[in-house]
Amino acid sequence: MGSTEGFRIVLLLLLIGCAIAVNLTKNLMQAVIIFMSYSSIMCILWILMESPDLAITEAAVGAGISGTLFLMTLKKIKAEDAGENEKKIKKKKGKR
Amino acid sequence: MKKVFDRFYNLIAVICCLLLIGVLLYAVSLLPSYGEENPRSVEVVERYVEHGLEETGATNIVAGMILDYRAFDTLGESHVLFTALICVIILLGKDKKNMRREYDSYYTVEAESYHLLQTDTIVRLVGYVLLPGLFLFGIYILLNGQLSPGGGFSGGAIMGAALIIFAVAFGFETVDRVFTEKLLKTVTFVALSFYSFAKGYVFFTGANGIDNHIPKGVPGAILSGGLILPLDIAVGFVVACTMFGFYSLFRRGSIGHDITFMDQQ
Repeated sequence: MGSTEGFRIVLLLLLIGCAIAVNLTKNLMQAVIIFMSYSSIMCILWILMESPDLAITEAAVGAGISGTLFLMTLKKIKAEDAGENEKKIKKKKGKR
Repeated sequence: MKKVFDRFYNLIAVICCLLLIGVLLYAVSLLPSYGEENPRSVEVVERYVEHGLEETGATNIVAGMILDYRAFDTLGESHVLFTALICVIILLGKDKKNMRREYDSYYTVEAESYHLLQTDTIVRLVGYVLLPGLFLFGIYILLNGQLSPGGGFSGGAIMGAALIIFAVAFGFETVDRVFTEKLLKTVTFVALSFYSFAKGYVFFTGANGIDNHIPKGVPGAILSGGLILPLDIAVGFVVACTMFGFYSLFRRGSIGHDITFMDQQ
C-alpha cells in the first residue's frame, strides 16, 4: 500500500506539472503533446482509483483522438510552429 | 495610458484567478473524503451494488448503471456526439458551389502532402502490424461491455482510432471503398433510432408495471444483460462513426468520396 501511495503522489505532482507546462509553453505543438501526456497520466490515475472503464476511454479519447484532432487543426490553420516564428521575429527585432 | 491599463488589467486577472482558486478549494473541502460514504446518495449506491446483478443481468455494474438505470443519460450523450458531428459538417464541410478561389491553391498543397503520406513505408508497415489487433481489441471491448470494463464508448473510440490509423496508413481512397458518407448516415441513424425505440419500450413498460419480455440471460455469458449488449453495439457504432467523421472532416472537408480531389486530378 505504501509504495502505491508514493507512486500516486508522484503521478499527481506530474499532473500538476503538466497542467502548468501547457500554459507556459509558447509552441502550440508542444502544448498539444503535453496535453496528451496529461491524459496518459490521468489514465494511470484512473486505474489506481479502480475505474478501468474510465481509464480505457481516457486513453483512447484523451490521449489519442483529441490530440490527433488538435494536431489536425494546427496543420489546417498552419500554426505548427507558431511559437517558433514569434521567437524568430523577436530575435530579428533585437538585432535591428 | 495603455501601459497603466495593461498593468491594471493583469492585476485584476490575477485577483480573479486567486479568488476562483479559493472558491474551488473551499468547495473541494466540503466534499466527503475519498472512500467515505456520501450520506445523500448512499441509498442509490447500495441499491446498485446489491441488486445490480439480478436487476440488470450485467456482471460489470458500471455497464448496468450507464446502460440500464441511467440509460437516458447515455442516450443524451450519443445525441450530443451526433449533434457535434452535424456542427462539424456544417462548419468544415466543403461544398463545390461554395468553394472560394483563394483556397484552391491551399487544397492542392494539402493534396500533395496527402499523396506523400500515402506512400510512407514505415507508417504502412506499422499499419499492417497494428490494425488487425486494434480492430479486434475494439470489437472485444464492445462485445464484453456487460462482463468486463469497457463498453460502447471505449470500444467505439478504439474502433474510430483504428479507422483513423487505417486512413493515415493506406490513404483515404482505401477507406472510401467501404466507409462512405451514406454508410455513416445510415449507421448513425439506425443506431440512434434503435436505441431510442428499445429504451423507450423498456421505459414505457417499466413505468406502467408491464413485463417487458426481454430475457436477462445467465450472468457471465456473452449473451446476457438483456438490452445492454445491443445498446452497447449501437453506442459503439455511433462513437466510431463520429470519431472517423471528425478526422475526415478536419483533414479534407468531407466524409466520403472527395469531389474536389477528383476535379483537380
